[in-house]
Amino acid sequence: MRRPRWLAAGAIPIAVALIISGCSSGGDEGSEDPGAGTGGDPAKNESVEVTVFGTEPERPLVPMDTSETGGGKIVDALFTGLMDYDPVSGQPREANAESFELTAPDEYTVKLKKDWTFHDGTPVTSDSYIDAWNYAAYGPNAQQHASFFAQIQGFDDVFTPDPDGVEGPQLPATPKTDKLSGLTKVSDTEFKIKFTKPHAIFKDKTGYAAFMPMPKSFFADPEAWKKNPVGNGGWKYVARVPDQELQVERYDDYKGEDKPKVKKVKFVFTDSDAAYADVKGNQLDFLDTVPPQAIAGNVWETDLPGRAKAYPVMAIQAIAFPLYDPKYSSADFRHAVSMAINREQITKTIYEGNRQPIKGYAMDKVPGYEDGACGDFCEYNPEKAKELFDKSGWTGPIQLTSNADGGHKEWIEAACGNIQEALGVECTFEPVQAFGQIRDAINARQMTQIYRSGWLADYPSVENFLNPIYRTGGSSNDNDYSNPEVDAKLAAADAAETTDEAYKLYHEAEELIAKDMPAIPLWNTPSISAWSERLTNVRLTPKRELDLSYVEVK
Amino acid sequence: MGRYVLRRMLQLIPVFIGATFLIYFLVWAVPGDPFTGMCGERPCPPQFVAAMNDKYSLNDNIVIQYVKYMSALLTGDFGQTYSEQSIGELISLAAPVSLRLAVVAVVIEAVIGITAGILTGLRGRGFLDNLVLVSTLFLIAIPTFVTGFVIQIVLGFQLEILTPTVSSKATWSELIIPGFVLGSLSMAYVSRLTRASIAENRRADYMRTALAKGQPKRRIVGVHLLRNSAIPVITFLGTDIGNLMGGAIVTEGIFGIHGVGRLVFDAIIDKQGAIVTGVVVLLVLVFLLVNLFIDLMYAVLDPRIRYD
Repeated sequence: MRRPRWLAAGAIPIAVALIISGCSSGGDEGSEDPGAGTGGDPAKNESVEVTVFGTEPERPLVPMDTSETGGGKIVDALFTGLMDYDPVSGQPREANAESFELTAPDEYTVKLKKDWTFHDGTPVTSDSYIDAWNYAAYGPNAQQHASFFAQIQGFDDVFTPDPDGVEGPQLPATPKTDKLSGLTKVSDTEFKIKFTKPHAIFKDKTGYAAFMPMPKSFFADPEAWKKNPVGNGGWKYVARVPDQELQVERYDDYKGEDKPKVKKVKFVFTDSDAAYADVKGNQLDFLDTVPPQAIAGNVWETDLPGRAKAYPVMAIQAIAFPLYDPKYSSADFRHAVSMAINREQITKTIYEGNRQPIKGYAMDKVPGYEDGACGDFCEYNPEKAKELFDKSGWTGPIQLTSNADGGHKEWIEAACGNIQEALGVECTFEPVQAFGQIRDAINARQMTQIYRSGWLADYPSVENFLNPIYRTGGSSNDNDYSNPEVDAKLAAADAAETTDEAYKLYHEAEELIAKDMPAIPLWNTPSISAWSERLTNVRLTPKRELDLSYVEVK
Repeated sequence: MGRYVLRRMLQLIPVFIGATFLIYFLVWAVPGDPFTGMCGERPCPPQFVAAMNDKYSLNDNIVIQYVKYMSALLTGDFGQTYSEQSIGELISLAAPVSLRLAVVAVVIEAVIGITAGILTGLRGRGFLDNLVLVSTLFLIAIPTFVTGFVIQIVLGFQLEILTPTVSSKATWSELIIPGFVLGSLSMAYVSRLTRASIAENRRADYMRTALAKGQPKRRIVGVHLLRNSAIPVITFLGTDIGNLMGGAIVTEGIFGIHGVGRLVFDAIIDKQGAIVTGVVVLLVLVFLLVNLFIDLMYAVLDPRIRYD
């Protein structure tokens, strides 16, 4: 019961996951930001231990092996990579990298900032990165994030695919070497990354857990390291009690700009209902997403006046068509449904303006994203919708489905009302009991109804909203959407020589996707966070984590 | 007596092996691989899945897995979780908390339930009887999570006379309220069971005899009536200790208690078979020992029952 079922537990991986939290929220649009403060009390910052809600990590805290939020938020505290993301705008910025430049169309040269050290005092050098990336990519090391290195030269020599799939009895062959040939050390503070094809967008990815540096002690004795993780971030590991709590302390020799102000933080692993009660009673300092019992009837607003807020996170709400069902093969029908939904009205009436309609396949705070790729197809236009609908030859009622335990009923019913009114055809909401059930049906490609499908991206880049979902064979392409033009455009964007050009191509790919509309983008989905009375300077990062470097105690 | 206890102890062995094997088998009979879904919406690298299956010997035949597990268990090694934490440590942290919670709950339900049962059983119909009848009906009708949330909101937030949740230390005093919530349903059963048992035994032959011998009322009720009426109640309370230890998931969730129920529930969701079996091993032991103890109590309570 540690993790709320509606949050489907650690099952919500940072890696592109379905968002099941549904928030019907009120808010303080236009009023002052309750999280902003005038700063804390320096003495209390030193003495008070800030407690933050968390869930037990699913794996040891090795960054390249951590893909779920519970472990992810701790890994993010313990490590700082070459880049990180601005906690407010989500823009990537240099962190441990002094410079990160394209020196050839297919080659990046990284220069590291000097004097950075791991928590054990050893310096962070080019080798810390090269060794860590080699370790992560080398197949037999069995790291979850191995595929993040696929574009680097020599990946095929360190990672061999499984000849008969995961279920088959054959194991992948032992790779030729355990070093990526694309990584070359120039000096202790400089190294080059060579790609098989130009991959300008790579730079923006390197703030993600997969790309963290590792100290020498990890390679010498991984088991000992796992018992006492050593990172290079603003926080160092102190102690943990399994399934209960994990303590970290400010690393005073941290050279990054996001140096923490409070001295001690404790991640508390508990049930989210209990955590909510704790925050209310000031027993816990921070909860990133309040549970449904607090969302119903906007209870959180009265429970926690001035200490709760809806924050944007890298997440969007959408509904998808099971394209493998021939019923849904008409693009006119899919456009008709999209144009029948009045996004403005629903976000205003049900979410009281706390969510904004989106007109593309990602959200505003994501670098490289430009709203509007969807164009007229995402504008409310009942007449045009009806016209397209009549052309599509659809017969029978329209059914929308979702898990019943995530608070999605209200908006789906409202959307259904729009559809019914505009298209003159019966539309019903058919809830399924649990998220797991619907996930199973989606995985087995057995969906027959239009279904809800939200996204939470793992690093802020428009690339992460498109490639996994809309590319043929993409890891999360759940409705088997396939358009060679889109694939070509996305491939071109991946191989673009500059990020600007990449962003332009991604936008063009998005326009192509909107023409097919395999899924209908609706609005962004913020997260409602709550904190105790003693915290000030509170804000949530786009990754749905408390900004630990900003928070203070008053 | 000694031979009976020995025989019962020997019987524990096959029951223990059977129960643990069944649980081990059932945990892995649930469809789904614990590792393919671990990397979120991305498929996990095959090397990762293979390495994990190998590490936790999930490729072996279920019987071999079980034998491996049990032989490690005999040396005191409960194995590791997928996050490579010691399961023995997890259990040793959670079990005392759950045991304390269960003991608090049983004590509360025994004291309140038996008292209410005796009073109503002796007096028969009247205001008190109706009051207990209605309030127990009320307790039986409300699900635990309602009782839990209501008490938490009223006492914790509105009256502010206690902290709404239990700290990770889970001291005895902190567990009184959760214990009350947890025991409230059983409390209703205990009071009804006691009442029925007393009302029935009140008319028993031995009661009339004792009365005819002119014994004082206190002795008749305290020794003759209560002792004989206690058997069904003790049986109920005994099995309840085990139930409350493993089945307090809802209460543990509301009050944020790090107990065995939450541990096993999460483990089932994550398919951490080793944790589930480890906890069940413990619960089976508790059940078996408590049952043995209760059977021995029968002989103490009812002179007609003899072992050997």
